[in-house]
Amino acid sequence: MTPITVRVDGATCADDVEPRTLLVHYLREQLGKVGTVVGCDTSNCGACTVHLDGEAVKSCTVLAVQADGSEVTTIEGVASGAELHPVQKAFHEMHGLQCGYCTPGMIMASIDLLQDNPDPSDDEVREGIEGNLCRCTGYQNIVRAVRCAAAEMRGVSNGHVSPDHVSPAVVDTAAAPHVAAQQ
Amino acid sequence: MTAVEDRAGTAAAPEKEIGRARRRKEDARLITGRTTWTDNMVLPGMLHLAVVRSPVAHARITSVDVSAAREAPGVVAVFTGKDLAEEQGSLPCAWPVTPDMVNPGHPSIAVDQVNHVGEAVAVIVARSKAAAQDAVELADIDYEPLPVVLDMEQAVQDGADLVHDHLESNTSYHFVFDAGEMGTGGDTEQAFSGADVVVSRRFVQQRLIPAFMEPRSVVVQPQGDNYTMWSATQIPHILRVMAAMVTGIPEHKLRVIAPDVGGGFGGKLQVNPEEILCLLIARRLGKPVKWTETRSESLMTAHHGRDQVQFVDVAADREGNIKGLRVRLLADMGAYLRLITPGVPALGAFMYPGIYKFPAYRFECDGVFTNKVPTDAYRGAGRPEATFAIERIMDELAVELGMDPLELRRKNWIDAAEFPFTTVAGLAYDSGDYESATQQALELLGYDELREEQRRRRESGDPVQLGIGISTFTEMCGLAPSRVLGSLAFGAGGWEHASIRMLPTGKVEVVTGSTPHGQGHETAWSQLVADSLGVPFEDVEVLHGDTAISSRGLDTYGSRSLVVGGSAVVKAADKVIAKARKIAAHLLEASEDDLEFEGGKFSVRGTPGTGLGIQEIALAIFAAHDYPEGIEPSIDAEATFDPENFSFPHGTHLCAMEVDTDTGFVKIRKYACVDDVGTIVNPLIVEGQVHGGLAQGIAQALYEEAVYDADGNLTTGTFVDYLVPSAADLPHFDTGNTVHAAPGNPIGAKGVGEAGCIASTPAVVNAALDAVRHLGVTDIRMPLTPERVWRAIHQGGDGGDRATAGSNAYGGAQTETTAGVATDASSLGGDR
Repeated sequence: MTPITVRVDGATCADDVEPRTLLVHYLREQLGKVGTVVGCDTSNCGACTVHLDGEAVKSCTVLAVQADGSEVTTIEGVASGAELHPVQKAFHEMHGLQCGYCTPGMIMASIDLLQDNPDPSDDEVREGIEGNLCRCTGYQNIVRAVRCAAAEMRGVSNGHVSPDHVSPAVVDTAAAPHVAAQQ
Repeated sequence: MTAVEDRAGTAAAPEKEIGRARRRKEDARLITGRTTWTDNMVLPGMLHLAVVRSPVAHARITSVDVSAAREAPGVVAVFTGKDLAEEQGSLPCAWPVTPDMVNPGHPSIAVDQVNHVGEAVAVIVARSKAAAQDAVELADIDYEPLPVVLDMEQAVQDGADLVHDHLESNTSYHFVFDAGEMGTGGDTEQAFSGADVVVSRRFVQQRLIPAFMEPRSVVVQPQGDNYTMWSATQIPHILRVMAAMVTGIPEHKLRVIAPDVGGGFGGKLQVNPEEILCLLIARRLGKPVKWTETRSESLMTAHHGRDQVQFVDVAADREGNIKGLRVRLLADMGAYLRLITPGVPALGAFMYPGIYKFPAYRFECDGVFTNKVPTDAYRGAGRPEATFAIERIMDELAVELGMDPLELRRKNWIDAAEFPFTTVAGLAYDSGDYESATQQALELLGYDELREEQRRRRESGDPVQLGIGISTFTEMCGLAPSRVLGSLAFGAGGWEHASIRMLPTGKVEVVTGSTPHGQGHETAWSQLVADSLGVPFEDVEVLHGDTAISSRGLDTYGSRSLVVGGSAVVKAADKVIAKARKIAAHLLEASEDDLEFEGGKFSVRGTPGTGLGIQEIALAIFAAHDYPEGIEPSIDAEATFDPENFSFPHGTHLCAMEVDTDTGFVKIRKYACVDDVGTIVNPLIVEGQVHGGLAQGIAQALYEEAVYDADGNLTTGTFVDYLVPSAADLPHFDTGNTVHAAPGNPIGAKGVGEAGCIASTPAVVNAALDAVRHLGVTDIRMPLTPERVWRAIHQGGDGGDRATAGSNAYGGAQTETTAGVATDASSLGGDR
């Protein structure tokens, strides 16, 4: 067993871990941070993505001992109190999730992407999150969500984001107006 | 101005919820990590299971030595097949498609023979998951190899090696639907013998893996003679019935809970070996147990989908009038029959005629055993295969006739005025308009401009050619009318149940038997109830997925939830209103007949200012101080809805594809689709379902294939090799809708979960072929890898197998994990 001290979502955690313990297993099994999930065993899916000292990492590729002395932020720590992070809000607004299993990792990867590139194009978002797999959404609404969050974080008023009764479908597909006309 | 004044005048009338793009209630917990995935469960004293799996595809087990594993640190117990043989029974197959179907039985854990790689041969129980996993390595099991049966076309030959040597052949069943014999069409042989043109093709539906993001996970807690099972399942209700039957645990002593479930796509429509093993072991040990699979285990041992060889013949006259359709299938069952393994191709039987008016049709299917993991439901289940075959062969027929593929379709599809229309397969299509969906899709795609660009590229000999693929599809959804399922020999009905509880504070609990795993039931059902009862959307809570709370249900699959389950909710709400009406009449001292119910309020007709809200009535009847004689003091209600017909979503999907003829690389230039899914309750959710379906259908066309080597090892056993597409692999989708309400349910919904997946695959393949047909290419095997596309263009044929046939090669290279696992280097966690 190896002693480690890690700050996780603002709390200091001092624990003994087996040297082989992956960061994700430490988070889930020792700290109960079960918001971060495991989706594969080859570091392909990105479901376990967290921030290690501010940068996105797949927590299945990091040993817990490597996080010793570091700051880890998980999906459970990105909101400020009751105020959701803009990326969390945008995933909700743009229907960027269905089953939600990939969502924590997808949100953590997206926040990191926006730190590097505050105004990504559709293609840049797609490239930026290609290490995170989603089986439900087909990604289109995730791309929308990331771009809307980017706009909000840049302080640009964006017509896509806020109107409560308008489907994102209105923005760039023919779906919703047609539906509305039929109702 | 008038409109504004009108709205001001009726300010009390709430906006209709149905049709509104409500943001989902489910999201709050999912975007913050406050979820209840099964693997999150921790119970006092809980033990962890790890499964020792067969590294060989077909063998007799000659010795099992788990003594070292039993001694390993942290290990509490080890169970082998022999230990559990007496009590494990057989995993259920609920769909004996023919009376003489052969079912070899399906043990949860192998006793003396293994029939596919990954089959359970021992289970380690330990204090931690890591300890259990470590001990897997210590299990010493000897196998005597048997011949491995992998190829269906060889497996059905006389004298073929057998998967189950106590059976006469590898054929489980021979299912026939003949429209002539059923009286729904003419004689097929006659139609073909007199036809001007007959086009015949062999299509391969490659094996796919559902690959839900949340790995399967099971927790069982024994409490005396009661058991609670949490499972990442689509079907808690069906699982409870089946698990009770298999294990002998009385049904009323077993509670099954599906907490947050991370996707299913048919892959969690199953009674899994590990669910039964967890129950048996929890019963033996009297302790709570948990099993959570790794992704590698999931890809290797959770059921697969598709895997059919289709022989399709179409007959027509020279003018393009279709005369007959003949389909012969070989469907790979894998080694065993799981819950609906044999039914998947049989369900497809009814969809091969598609949207076309075939006068004659015959379908035959052989279910074939091989030494692979069983196949079963995967998004669409039988219908994507059928849609692919018909939409591909219509293109082939168009080429043969020299006709435009769209014109050929138009000439033969059912016209809008002909609904309801009974097809040659005997289905009564409910409503729709194929022409208007097609027109809209053509505009959305920019069809004419792309055709012009295609012409330019072709003339200039551009190395990057452009093609446009069409798929005009329909599907049978809303599974299902119980009597029809009975006639198809399915082991259960297709009704759905709902109940509504009116709480004293006016809040509403809706209990649904349809268990979601990402579809957004909590939001959509709230919208239904808000409209029906006139209560605020926020005042509705939807409960599901726990057999102790939701007593009756048939769960989620087959695009049935809104159509059947949502309808049950609406029917239950009607009953609540009917019961509340009696109370309202009593309290308002009026006749029931004089009451109207609008916006959640009963009022006496012609007496403005009077009125009683249904939420107030809920409080009044909770107190029950003053209610009419002869009725019960409750306005709660429940309903069971059993549709009389399926619903039939339809649509037109168009794909424009660039094919680099130098490299074989294909790229979707534009994808447009217009789907008619009936009434749309939440356009946001509908669009999301279409997107997700498209991703999976396109992935079948371009990326995904479960590949076995010559020894029966799955060489696509991780996400490195099994190519679930990323955001960078998929295009933007332009989607639209037409709306023709389904007449068969009170909502008018047709179902949307599978549409995108069913429709898109042939559109994509047709597009690629359209780009390179002038180069002599007539077919390319899915998935359209650059290698296959290049080979088809430059060497002819369909691009061939992905692994060289009969070898252990994977993509031309031999690696440690593909070299055959009968070596010490097996990475499968078994015999080391």
